[in-house]
Amino acid sequence: MDQDVNITILDRNGVSHNIDAPTDMAMNLMEVIRSYELAPEGTIGTCGGMAMCASCQCYILSNHDLPSKQDEEEAMLSEAFYVKENSRLGCQIQINPEMEGLKIEIAPES
Amino acid sequence: MITTDILIIGAGPTGLFAVFEAGLLKLKCHLIDALPQIGGQCSEIYPKKPIYDIPGFPEILAGELTDNLMEQCRQFQPGFTLGERAETMEKQADGTFIVTTNKGTKHQASVVAIAGGLGSFEPRKPPISNISNFEDHGVEYIIKDPEIYRDKNIVIAGGGDSALDWSIFLSKIASKVTLIHRRNEFRGALDSVEKVQELKNKGLVNLVTPAEVTSILGHNHVTGVTVKKSSDSDEEFNLMCDHFIPLFGLSPKLGPIANWGLNIEKNAIKVNNSLDYQTNIPGVFAIGDVNTYPGKLKLILCGFHEATLMCQAAYRIINPGKKYVLKYTTVSGINGFDGTRKEAPKAVVKKIE
Repeated sequence: MDQDVNITILDRNGVSHNIDAPTDMAMNLMEVIRSYELAPEGTIGTCGGMAMCASCQCYILSNHDLPSKQDEEEAMLSEAFYVKENSRLGCQIQINPEMEGLKIEIAPES
Repeated sequence: MITTDILIIGAGPTGLFAVFEAGLLKLKCHLIDALPQIGGQCSEIYPKKPIYDIPGFPEILAGELTDNLMEQCRQFQPGFTLGERAETMEKQADGTFIVTTNKGTKHQASVVAIAGGLGSFEPRKPPISNISNFEDHGVEYIIKDPEIYRDKNIVIAGGGDSALDWSIFLSKIASKVTLIHRRNEFRGALDSVEKVQELKNKGLVNLVTPAEVTSILGHNHVTGVTVKKSSDSDEEFNLMCDHFIPLFGLSPKLGPIANWGLNIEKNAIKVNNSLDYQTNIPGVFAIGDVNTYPGKLKLILCGFHEATLMCQAAYRIINPGKKYVLKYTTVSGINGFDGTRKEAPKAVVKKIE
């Protein structure tokens, strides 16, 4: 399908998954990870996507130019654990056609 | 021993609505929740956020929904054990269950309904390598008794409301309060942020930002923490203190329920969705976000439906063989256990002359 983008996701066990994510269903990265069950239910997306729990923290491994962080995401990341320079909250990243080839890693559970 | 008809584990929206539905069937409920307040995720995570898919409410704040559900079930006089986590469940020879909390409170009921959402909320512990050695020896994730901090030197870490509020409170009784946060911005309520600013200006709260605690000092008890400033220089220094209180919010964990012999799949309890949401243990039901079945949706509105069917099945267990027919509240009204009655006003019959 031409609306899909191809994304590579490293799960918490270091296993790489190459998946197709729809760009026309208003899905975010956290929801894509859940839909492919790449992290056990209950360990990701705890707050449902309100940038209030950091259970969907990801490290962005590719050089994509992603939409910048809003205040809520910035604030949550400042209280999260295992945060790095390239940390983002998956729930705050809406999938769009520019994300073709995106590579991310799911941060450890905390 | 607390005795009731249906023991509900979890006082979120699904558990609260179950009280109402049970009340219509003259069944009494008691609820256990690990949080100190009712509402579950609705009150703990997002009380001020709107929900748009509660039938009949185009928009309602999660906190208001909690208040409304409590108001709706109030006349059925639910009992509450709050701030305690259900730890064990034992089936008795007479078919009832005894559920004991982490504080030893015992509850006995014929039916147990687990409405535990994503699990019980546990404090998020920062990944500091030696922190577990100091738990209850100067490291506390939850403030239970503020008096233990009187005239003590306290370090608090975190950037949300609880870190701010406790810094404000403890600045009055502790000898010294230091608040450490990874950045200069705090995301608490505006008046809390302003109050901490004022206390900082007066020298009553020592603010260290942007920085984080990297290790804990001491042998048997905390004597200090190592703090790393996240400025360009990355300097580290030791800060003496008697207590270190990391306040990084709570996250839900399925917890002890996982060891009750229930069928668990994907961190949720498998139930019979074609009938009554009963688990593999007869008499034990799971409703709301905590259960799973083919096609499960974790929605509050689905929890309401599941709670309603569960109560019908609970009635049949508690009153074997007894006849029952579904009644409409509009027709029958509601008879509270507290003696109150709600009913539709009678039609006025009057002649027009």
